[in-house]
Amino acid sequence: MQFRTRAIHVGNEPDPRPGAVVPPIHLAATYVQNEAGVLQEFDYSRTGNPTRKSFEETIAALEGGTHALAFASGMAATTCAMMLLASGDHVVAGSDIYGGTYRLLHNVLDHFGIEVSLVRASDDPKRVAEAMTPRTKLVWIESPGNPLMSITDIAACAEVAHQGRAILGVDNTFATPALTRPLELGADIVMHSATKYIGGHSDLLGGVLAVRDAELAERLHFAQNATGAVMGPLESYLCSRGLKTLELRVREQSRTASRLADWLAADKRIARVNYPGRREHPGHAIAARQMDGEFGAMLSFELNGDFAAAKRVVEGTRLIRLAVSLGAVESLLEQPASMSHASYAREDRLAHGITDGLIRLSVGLEAFEDLRDDLDQAFADAMG
Amino acid sequence: MSGKDDQPYEFDKARLSTAAVHAGEERQKNASSITDPIFCASTYTFPDSASVIEFVEHKLPREEYGRYGNPSERVVERKLAALEGGEAALLFSSGMAAVVGLLMAKLSGGDEVVLFNECYHRTRELCAKHLSRFGVVTHEVPACDYEAMERAITPRTRLLISESPTNPHLSVVDLERFAGLGRKHGVDTLIDATLGTPYNVRPIEAGIDYVLHSATKYLGGHNDLLAGVIIGPTDKLEPVRKLRGILGSVNSPHNVYLLGRGLKTFELRMERHNANGRAVAEFLASHPRIERVYYPGLETHPYYDVAKRTMRGFGGLVTFLVKDADWKQTAAVVDAVRIPRIAPSLGGVESLIEQPLVMSYYECTPEERRQFGIPDNMIRLSCGVENTEDLIADLTQALER
Ligand SMILES: Cc1ncc(COP(=O)(O)O)c(C=O)c1O
Ligand SMILES: Cc1ncc(COP(=O)(O)O)c(C=O)c1O
Repeated sequence: MQFRTRAIHVGNEPDPRPGAVVPPIHLAATYVQNEAGVLQEFDYSRTGNPTRKSFEETIAALEGGTHALAFASGMAATTCAMMLLASGDHVVAGSDIYGGTYRLLHNVLDHFGIEVSLVRASDDPKRVAEAMTPRTKLVWIESPGNPLMSITDIAACAEVAHQGRAILGVDNTFATPALTRPLELGADIVMHSATKYIGGHSDLLGGVLAVRDAELAERLHFAQNATGAVMGPLESYLCSRGLKTLELRVREQSRTASRLADWLAADKRIARVNYPGRREHPGHAIAARQMDGEFGAMLSFELNGDFAAAKRVVEGTRLIRLAVSLGAVESLLEQPASMSHASYAREDRLAHGITDGLIRLSVGLEAFEDLRDDLDQAFADAMG
Repeated sequence: MSGKDDQPYEFDKARLSTAAVHAGEERQKNASSITDPIFCASTYTFPDSASVIEFVEHKLPREEYGRYGNPSERVVERKLAALEGGEAALLFSSGMAAVVGLLMAKLSGGDEVVLFNECYHRTRELCAKHLSRFGVVTHEVPACDYEAMERAITPRTRLLISESPTNPHLSVVDLERFAGLGRKHGVDTLIDATLGTPYNVRPIEAGIDYVLHSATKYLGGHNDLLAGVIIGPTDKLEPVRKLRGILGSVNSPHNVYLLGRGLKTFELRMERHNANGRAVAEFLASHPRIERVYYPGLETHPYYDVAKRTMRGFGGLVTFLVKDADWKQTAAVVDAVRIPRIAPSLGGVESLIEQPLVMSYYECTPEERRQFGIPDNMIRLSCGVENTEDLIADLTQALER
């Protein structure tokens, strides 16, 4: 063999099965076939990739599903689910769905003749039933919802959706499969921004769809392959790695969130705490049923102060970083009025309960005491 | 930019989980990114010759060439130093590379080292078979026999070395006593704390000079990288850093990134490893098919008192002897477990199991194995972070076969 041939082939024998305890990262874009016209399990990485498949199998198992698909971002996953729709179809969605999902439904899918109605599904699943029409093909909800941690009854929504012969999709990003498994509650599709808890380390973008029906899986896989927004092998590897500590992280972060919620609720500088683990939270009873032992690591609270005071608080923490996104080992906070929900008109924002003094906190893995002390000094500086 | 980035948060003083997430990192990173970039560059450019001269004259601290240092690596070194409570840390391509780097930097022909005989066997082999070729004299004394160690110290002794807890017997060194011996005789001390981790043992606080880890194990934690680290005083590590640049045993930026990522969940993983280790040790200790369990958290362990006094938790490694079993019957138990995979190494999220006789000591004579204390019926189990009941149910079925 000549030098350049050796450089390409020696040591690159396919599938040596060395028994590595961690599967290899397959960067290959394409796969050598034995026979023309007879495809092997893998033929081209957009269609399927062993590293991505390994992550997909794990997340499907964690969600109590049979199939999962991994995408380049959470929005790519949601987009793929929407590809099940056709012109003339109608979607009923929760009024507090993620802003990017709102934008996709209202400013992109509307060009293709898909209509959407937003309802307060977290108040009562009946709102969903009332909005459904014979053309409704999809109900899309999120629980806990952003930024008030509204809780939607997934099992009840599944029943309503199925009565109207629609399918139910649940954005399970905030709860994670460690705490809520929507497929077990009757949902048809579960979606994740894997950017958040699944990856868990703020170092990748990714999305997931998981289902428990082979035919639906096939339709989604067709759409994924046809539109192409797949997760890359390195991200798939990091997601698989993240899943190994998912439960540890989510439970620990939730315990810290719960302690912070209690501490905040007892503080005179705080007007209100939105955390599903607290009894006064309107969704507490459903959350206690629907979430497995903990109430998640996201919370928000309203300052006894104005827009400027809340702005000073989010700019004044030293440990907790000011950033959108969530779900990672490092704690992040933001002011919805000036950041995630800044594009809303103030009146609309207030009508949704997103006040000027509202602050959203994604609780990371730091020690409770350090987070508490950091908030405490930021409150003291901002509010005197 | 957050308003208070000019008032640095003192992560070295923060609690362990907070330090694990944040320590060592710049608050304001490249491109305001929340995570550190991976610098793959093999070399670093200078704007002009004047800045090269400034650098060579030590007036400009910066990177020069990948073998001498890398920004991604420095972040993780600072994080490791903070977790260990030491001044500085130095990363290597593997635990053994760290051992070689330190010993070669410290020792010259004619120098002597004293080791407890339960040190990692490759470290002992390095000293006895290789450093000896360069005239370094090694004395091995029984583990935790401080009098024997003291008797072995001569005016040429440069380093006292031990592992704690040891592998696979899990003997626990009284670190203050060990450090005291070094201080009394003006000899530096090195503890390989791979099995202990900075969660469970604090060698620097006990007065040890150098702490070494195979970061391949608990620190990386995911069985997906090799790395070694030495933590110690900045001035003592400087010559080691220089030698690393000559030996070339540097880690890679990608690996180091994964190590730093693994450290973020360090406390969580250790809590679970400790809980699983203890539960499995207690389960085995009360099982009729088990002759003996080595676990520092069990009262029956010979070093239980030292362990209880000096360790926060007792780790995920459990060694045990199967009652009335020959090597084949012991192998049958190893083959019957379903969750732990048969493999060397330890400290990762996946549980691993091995029979030292067939794994690391197969080539030894029965007499040598007796000397090393490796009976045929010994099994070593590294408990991962799986569910405790799952692990115990698996062991139950394996022992019932
Ligand atoms: C609840 C929720 N759904 C979906 C998304 C979109 O995910 P991505 O940013 O990964 O596209 C996000 C994240 O921003 C989110 O918070
Ligand atoms: C206690 C101890 N020290 C050192 C080493 C060597 O580390 P590495 O395998 O990373 O070279 C190991 C592991 O093999 C070990 O268990």
